[in-house]
Amino acid sequence: MIEAILITLSITIFIGLVLGYASIKLKTTGDPIVDKIDKILPQTQCGQCGYPGCKPYATAIANGEADINQCPPGGDDGIHKLADLLGVEYKPLNAEHGEPKPKSVAIIDESTCIGCTLCIQACPVDAIVGAAKQMHTIIEKECTGCELCLPPCPVDCIDMQVIPETTENWKWKYPIYKIKQQN
Amino acid sequence: MTSLDSPAIKKNMSVSVIMFTVVFALIPALIAQIGFFGLQILGNLIIGISFALILEAVCLKLRHYPIKPFLKDGSAFLTAWLLIISIPSSTPIWVMLVGLFFSIVISKHAYGGIGSNPFNPAMIGYAVLLISFPKIMTNWPSAEYFDFNNFLNFSQLFSMFTSLDVVDGIVSATPLDEIKTALFLGEPIKNSFSLFDQFNAYQIMSIFYLIGGLYLMIKKIITWHLPVSLILSIFLFSFILHQINPDVFMPSLFHLMNGATFLAAFFIITDPVSSPTTLNGKIIFGVMVGLITVIIRNFGGYPDGIAFAVIFMNIFVPLIEKFTQPKVFGYE
Amino acid sequence: MNITDKIFKFFGGIKPEGHKQISTRNPIKRLPLSKELIIPIRQHVGKMPNIIVKIGDRVLKGQILAEPVANLSAATHASTSGYVKEIKPMNIPHPSGLPDQCVVLETDGKDEWISLEKIDIENISVSNLLEKLKHSGVVGLGGATFPSHIKLNTNRIETLIVNAAECEPYITCDDMAMQEMTQDFVDGINLIMHILNIPKTIIGIEDNKPQAISKLNSVLSGSKNIQLKIIPTVYPSGDEKRLIYLMLGVKIPKEKRPTEFGIQVFNVATLISIARFINYGEPVISRVVTVTGALSQPNNYLALIGTPIQQLIKDAGGDPSQEVIMGGPMMGFKLPHTDVGVTKAMNCLLAVTDEMKSKASTEMPCIRCTKCVEVCPAQLQPQELYWHAKSKQFEKLTDDYKLFDCIECGCCSYVCPSNIPLVQYYRYAKSEIREQSKSSEIADIARDRNEFRLFRLEREKKERAERNAQRRAQVSDEDKKKLIDEKKAAIEAAMKRVAENEE
Repeated sequence: MIEAILITLSITIFIGLVLGYASIKLKTTGDPIVDKIDKILPQTQCGQCGYPGCKPYATAIANGEADINQCPPGGDDGIHKLADLLGVEYKPLNAEHGEPKPKSVAIIDESTCIGCTLCIQACPVDAIVGAAKQMHTIIEKECTGCELCLPPCPVDCIDMQVIPETTENWKWKYPIYKIKQQN
Repeated sequence: MTSLDSPAIKKNMSVSVIMFTVVFALIPALIAQIGFFGLQILGNLIIGISFALILEAVCLKLRHYPIKPFLKDGSAFLTAWLLIISIPSSTPIWVMLVGLFFSIVISKHAYGGIGSNPFNPAMIGYAVLLISFPKIMTNWPSAEYFDFNNFLNFSQLFSMFTSLDVVDGIVSATPLDEIKTALFLGEPIKNSFSLFDQFNAYQIMSIFYLIGGLYLMIKKIITWHLPVSLILSIFLFSFILHQINPDVFMPSLFHLMNGATFLAAFFIITDPVSSPTTLNGKIIFGVMVGLITVIIRNFGGYPDGIAFAVIFMNIFVPLIEKFTQPKVFGYE
Repeated sequence: MNITDKIFKFFGGIKPEGHKQISTRNPIKRLPLSKELIIPIRQHVGKMPNIIVKIGDRVLKGQILAEPVANLSAATHASTSGYVKEIKPMNIPHPSGLPDQCVVLETDGKDEWISLEKIDIENISVSNLLEKLKHSGVVGLGGATFPSHIKLNTNRIETLIVNAAECEPYITCDDMAMQEMTQDFVDGINLIMHILNIPKTIIGIEDNKPQAISKLNSVLSGSKNIQLKIIPTVYPSGDEKRLIYLMLGVKIPKEKRPTEFGIQVFNVATLISIARFINYGEPVISRVVTVTGALSQPNNYLALIGTPIQQLIKDAGGDPSQEVIMGGPMMGFKLPHTDVGVTKAMNCLLAVTDEMKSKASTEMPCIRCTKCVEVCPAQLQPQELYWHAKSKQFEKLTDDYKLFDCIECGCCSYVCPSNIPLVQYYRYAKSEIREQSKSSEIADIARDRNEFRLFRLEREKKERAERNAQRRAQVSDEDKKKLIDEKKAAIEAAMKRVAENEE
């Protein structure tokens, strides 16, 4: 009986030593989890999740303060990817944080703009070009469609335009030859 | 969106064409079986296949799938046929229906329907019956000679309803059964009974299965990889065992001609859903099934191990596929 | 590279019924001018060219309508003389059905050519010639529409392969062009061999074109450097990489170009256009179109670019309400609108037959029969691609299963017993993967810009804080001085008072 205890104890200690050694010697210095989450987020920087940007939201998810279903621009696809990465259950998008909208860009009505620079200060990716008392304009390529420039504008001259589907950005659709009736 | 998207032309091939060609290839062996054992097997087939189709329709309805296209494709038809010819024709009807239930409902629909079943449906049904009703499964009706009168003896068609207990009719053991008994008793084989003195029923049926299988290969329904690898593997391993101890282990030709070797080689392991998709993978699959079969036949507890060997190797199919992916055009 | 007489056989491929005799009974037909031509501005791979005409302008036949903007771009010309009636988005032959910018040309019936300039091949440098070709509108007329001046911008070609295979069923435009425009075709080959110093040419032609083969044999009997190789009729032997393998036994992987192996491939119609441009100065304003299928008089037509296709279909005995496929039955697509004009990519108009309609049926589950694996010319695993594309698991598709090596030939869908539209799944998966990589690039840029903005705000805050600290330091110095002065003044005042009191 005493031999059994000694043998089991020595095996346990040996395995413990091996695991301890491995955890120190083979420690990976890859991406911290915050960067991995940030890579999945769409970088719209819109703040609809309740955090001032995508990196703070990623940090909050990593700390467990935020849930994974708060990002409308990421959509269902993004939630699935986050659920896979973190090993948690998939949840549908939390409607409190907004609905997914088609990709759009902002456009300034130049006849109304007064050159107050309030929108320039609001844009999270510096996509608006302009100066005080000079015309402001949005760089279409850099605009993420976050809509943060709409509220500050005192003359309400900014509009969101949905990016139209042209032969340049058209893509093939999922084949829909469904054989099973939807429940 | 109509399916007029490219390509607009199609080869005249469908799942039902494949399945019914296989059934057509099984007909010569069926005729031989009726000639030796009577019309009972035909009665079994009629009842069994109808029951299988009903089961399939019920499952499809429960899963909210349209019934007509799936019943038409003949996969339940073929599964039922293969199961019914694998079990003795004197099996009581309720035993057969239990087997069909496991084949169609549990092994196929519970895993997602056709195309998603990881195990060979006919073999699952057969394995369940073999383990649950060992006495019934090993009592094959006896047959000495081919009798043309058997084709007209219509009363035999419905004898399954009368034979509630198996002891009805003359039953005897199959050749594989006899050698299994001899192995257990430790007796050398040659004394048990004579091998090639007469071409018994099972060997003639094996030849018809071979003919049917060659027809399938000519029609390009199956490729040569699975049948050839299984046959050669059984041949090789039983040959090795026979060399080690000729008194105890049967020669390889015996193993090829008896039991379900040719039936399995051409019709059972070639089930496309549960066998590997890569050509090298098929060869590995066939070799391993052969090895396990030979081991079970000579060292295991059951007379014919094909069913268990197939089911066991079905588990490894995704792994085999992963390691035998062929090279794409242009990559070295 | 040794050119032997051996023909290497590639893996896979199918042998569908050809249906070619119905459209080769009569010679190529030329129709009278139509009243209006709808010419899309972009008919090639690359950037949209720049329109240089205005509404109301009178243009002559062969006059340039749109100039190429970058290297990967080509020109578009007026197919006949007339007036520019409209420049606006109109229906074009594209699977999406979306409109694109077009020039509507109202023809004046005079068919007046612009003054053409023959090119003196002996006295022109290669770079000048390529510049002229860029403005000639010559693009790959086999259907790919890749600008040809880019394909000719190389001097490492040992073997020129001419794609005369025309492997798809129903299409016969190259066959008839080789029979009727043989001199232009051979001129095209000789010109290219001369321009780029190519020592040898092989023409790959399928054995279902006996008249073209005999015509070519007689015309090429004297040429030592041009070899005619007859290949068995297997689809898709006309695919570029398969054809190279058939001719030379060389397998070219996805990421490499044929020019890296000293090989270049050109289509028959492209060579004819190059010959006409160099010898006569004619830009690309017409092409041979096969009109076939469920019509009473299928035929080949030499159609002007922009000709409304209804005119061709009507002449071939078809009905305006019929469904029409642009291209062949394997790789073509159903035209969403039939009020479109002939474009440079349009090699065939196929009226849908009853046989094709009856084949369309519902998709059943995959039974893993691997008939698709047996026919895939790229030696892929179509069923693995299908399962991953269907369940939208795109990660493994590119690297493990090499989805982008798929040439969308349709052999797999052709043989599938379960009627699965495999090619549609692959096209969908390719679009999604491309879009995902594009959006992840855009997201990376947005992330960088956001980080830089936060850094900039921090920097500005720090600078402002420093300036304030400096100003505060300055002010306190002055304050101190003021206090000391005040104190000094108070002391002086007090001393003055003391001095006055003493008096």
